[in-house]
Amino acid sequence: MPFVPHTETDERAMLEAIGVTSIEALFDEIPAQLRNGQLVETPSGLSEMSMLRLMSERANQDVIGLSFLGGGAYDHHIPSAVWDLASRGEFLTAYTPYQAEASQGTLQLIYEFQTMMCRLTAMDVSNASVYDGATAMAEAILMAVRANKKSKSKRLLCAGNIHPHYLEACRSIVSNQNIELEVIPYRDDTGTLDLDYLETRHGEDFAAMVVGYPNFFGGLEDLDHVTDWAHGGGMLLVGVVNPMALGILSPPGEWGETGADIVVGEAQPFGIPIASGGPYLGYMCCKKAIVRQMPGRIIGRTIDLDGREGFALTLQAREQHIRRAKATSNICTNQGLLVTAASIYLSLLGDRGIYAVASRSHANTIALVDKLTAIPGVRLRFDGPVFHEAVVQLPAPAQTILHKVAEAGILGGYDLGLVDEGLSDCMLCCATETKTDEDLSALATALSQAIGAHSADI
Amino acid sequence: MAEFPEELHYQESHEWARVEEDGSVTVGISDHAQDELGDVVFVELPELDSEVVGKQEAGVVESVKAASDIYSPVSGTVIAINDKLEDTPEIVNDSPYDDGWFFKISPTDLDELASLLSAADYKKSCEDDAH
Amino acid sequence: MLIFEIGSDGRNATAQFEEPADVNDIPTHHLRQGAAGLPEVSELQVVRHFTNLSKKNFSIDGQFYPLGSCTMKYNPRGAHRAASLPGFLNRHPLAPERFSQGFMACLYELQEYLKDVTGMQAVSLTPMAGAQGEFAGVAMIKAYHDSQADIVRSEILIPSAAHGTNPATAVMCGYTVREISVTNEGDVDIEELKLAVGPQTAGLMMTNPSTCGVFDRRIQEIADIVHGAGGLLYYDGANLNAILGKVKPGDMGFDVLHMNLHKTFATPHGGGGPGSGPVGVNDKLSPFVPTPVVGQRDDGSYFWSDRDQLPLSIGRLSTFMGNAGILLRAYAYARLLGREGMNRVGEYATLNANYMATRLEQAGFQLAYPDRRATHEFIVTLAKEAKELGVNAMDFAKRLLDYGYHAPTTYFPLLIAECLLIEPTETESREEIDGFVNAMISILEEAHRTPEILKAAPHTMPVKRLDDVKAARDLDLAFKGDAN
Repeated sequence: MPFVPHTETDERAMLEAIGVTSIEALFDEIPAQLRNGQLVETPSGLSEMSMLRLMSERANQDVIGLSFLGGGAYDHHIPSAVWDLASRGEFLTAYTPYQAEASQGTLQLIYEFQTMMCRLTAMDVSNASVYDGATAMAEAILMAVRANKKSKSKRLLCAGNIHPHYLEACRSIVSNQNIELEVIPYRDDTGTLDLDYLETRHGEDFAAMVVGYPNFFGGLEDLDHVTDWAHGGGMLLVGVVNPMALGILSPPGEWGETGADIVVGEAQPFGIPIASGGPYLGYMCCKKAIVRQMPGRIIGRTIDLDGREGFALTLQAREQHIRRAKATSNICTNQGLLVTAASIYLSLLGDRGIYAVASRSHANTIALVDKLTAIPGVRLRFDGPVFHEAVVQLPAPAQTILHKVAEAGILGGYDLGLVDEGLSDCMLCCATETKTDEDLSALATALSQAIGAHSADI
Repeated sequence: MAEFPEELHYQESHEWARVEEDGSVTVGISDHAQDELGDVVFVELPELDSEVVGKQEAGVVESVKAASDIYSPVSGTVIAINDKLEDTPEIVNDSPYDDGWFFKISPTDLDELASLLSAADYKKSCEDDAH
Repeated sequence: MLIFEIGSDGRNATAQFEEPADVNDIPTHHLRQGAAGLPEVSELQVVRHFTNLSKKNFSIDGQFYPLGSCTMKYNPRGAHRAASLPGFLNRHPLAPERFSQGFMACLYELQEYLKDVTGMQAVSLTPMAGAQGEFAGVAMIKAYHDSQADIVRSEILIPSAAHGTNPATAVMCGYTVREISVTNEGDVDIEELKLAVGPQTAGLMMTNPSTCGVFDRRIQEIADIVHGAGGLLYYDGANLNAILGKVKPGDMGFDVLHMNLHKTFATPHGGGGPGSGPVGVNDKLSPFVPTPVVGQRDDGSYFWSDRDQLPLSIGRLSTFMGNAGILLRAYAYARLLGREGMNRVGEYATLNANYMATRLEQAGFQLAYPDRRATHEFIVTLAKEAKELGVNAMDFAKRLLDYGYHAPTTYFPLLIAECLLIEPTETESREEIDGFVNAMISILEEAHRTPEILKAAPHTMPVKRLDDVKAARDLDLAFKGDAN
């Protein structure tokens, strides 16, 4: 039996020591009619060799040449050292650092990660991570409602152009606590928030406002204005931010007069493979004044009995294992392994590196848009600056065109008809620093041919 | 051995209340409570001028191993908070009945005090808890 | 040394990025004005820094890690390798279905295996951790009662020994919590339960074996009482390893459950995560499962079952479909063990725990439930030692580190004083268990002769005992030194 080391000798000796004649006797407290738990449907075991062969066949089924998909998961170059180090058994198979003295490796690493996220976002504190960007946003919403002492409201304003999956997940998670999210519409011409609409909600009591940066369409909002507007209305400002964008863009701690209050997002771009959607890395940062409302684990620096520097879990009294029904959240795990990978990534790249990656991704996307819009019938759907994604409008349903482009071995973009019927002729394209000029041309050629073939079909 | 000053009123939830000469009520947590909590690391106090309601949560006292709600003994307006607790929360452990006070209330109805426990009754309730 | 304290201005791992590009088309007010203050080190410095950090960690790979309720079994390297195959690693979550069939096949089959393991009718793999699985489970209970227009059900019952996530989850779902006591034998107090149920009861959350490490023998009675009052029964799968292949939660009468794949299915703990907490439900609750779920068509191809197919679903819980890579590892593990292997997990986990409990008891340690069979875990209480010798569970735990063992879970469940909750798991050999028992015996002797050694332990770790109080009072959560 795989991974169970017991020999017959071992088994006999152990049963004798216990004073029973069979392993079955150890289950004698369980009512006989319940002892029926044998698996039946599940197939028999495989050797590792056979299992890997099966998995290789399955993995190979899904390989495709080139992908320009973004939409919350981004393909950046991952330095080889990242997973070589993160896969070390001491990192991979360690547990939550509850015995701090035996976990200084993990604890120091998380403290360094917290520091890096604070510096990137220009915020005061960061936690040790949560599951992913969507749940980070949900936790931020719950936190904002708790933390805003001046407002009794359980209503929040939420950008309508935030990642639709994030909004869905948040609704699933917060609705049971009677928290309502009211959507701010976006402008048809720019895809950014309708600031005139915001003005019509002036004076109403909301606990917070939630905005994305970049927004789901890759566009950049005027967040200095939005932050001050929210603060002026007694709301907290929650920013949902792609941290890679902060390589070139202004950090949320510096938005408006006093900066964002809570900043969350998805740190997958930092050395974490797109891996079919997970595990990823939600991060949460906030202002010092509300740190006690922040959920999740937090690592603090302290000293030991000899006065030597050390690291430990702190502020645990707010967490579920102590506070129980009054906890800030039920959250237990953080994404430890991914924090490890992200810390290594950020250490390798530094400020200069992420500036390079972010700026090259931006430039590649602009170059891609130029090539695509040179095709007759293809245009840029929204005006205004973007980070590294853009919405491209096609002269036919995106689903059809993308299907044809895929036949050339390329995933050209994300069919926005899946999230908004009004955008069914649009696709969301992303070109990161991994793309060469030839790659961009390949998509342009395939798209052009697909459009041509489609017109021929009709 | 925990102390239970006679002149104070107590709640089963371990807060004490002292009626001052000017009619205000000072609130803190008992010696028994600080001992159970361990080293206090943080106290969340109600805001100045806010309203508190008798027997309802007014704040939180946090140690490394627990975070306990503080229930106001009486209703009224908060007229003072002990800001020394921000930098030196440990005074709650050192001096729970004097320097470690939490907040003062201007009470709306001093009759509420009648429902609080005497030192003897509170001491008994602590002993009952231990079993 | 922190990574910010090594390195030099202008130093980076320059092989890892190319020349920056122009960003002149973005208006200046959007652009960052100064550098953030990330580390400035060479690639070798990074490799050395993190390699040396790793050496300061205990891990399953390095040490015996008998953490009760955590199931620290061997994390098979083959599973890690399988999940890391380029086809899986490079697949984008938004890739169209027809380019996802390999991945979806693995997930669909895992759904089926988990139904087999638990005796449930439907499984959703999306919750990203046990706590999120619990959330989904309780949210489904709420959705069910709401669908029956049964809106007075406002209360969830939870045994006092339960894990903290249980009450925290109930509150997150808008319920109030009522605790039910646990008897001296470690079982839920049936008489108290009978009095507690009523029209306000939405459900009961519990696990079996319980957090006390014993099997609640009257589970069927408990199920009848709760169901009789119109409530639903939720199973916290944290202790599934004890009964894997032996008992199915579905047979015990549970309506909904979550599993912890990072426990029972050996996915790596990674220093605190990621986990994975799939949920299983019976037919009553299957319309409400969180999305997306993998479905299979008649022609054998797979599709994502979303709001169109599951209009009553409690919805999406993650950006995409949960911790995909962890699910692949769990799938690989299930393929490696197969049904025969999984049918024996509970047996060997239980054998190891009972053997260890017997040896410790014979050595003079006090079991919390000496008249009960150990399940996959058991509790030792050091209350006597604490009283007579002045050394407590924390001191024992810290001294174990010096002997090269990670301490068991301490001070949980809350209702046993000075407790150690010990779970060896089935992947540990007899010699390893004997070694641990011998260490405990040695520490007990030290507790009698030279208790100071325990009280000041650990002595051989990179740091001595850390000041938790200072950590919470003088919050230092990010390094403020040289930022630029």
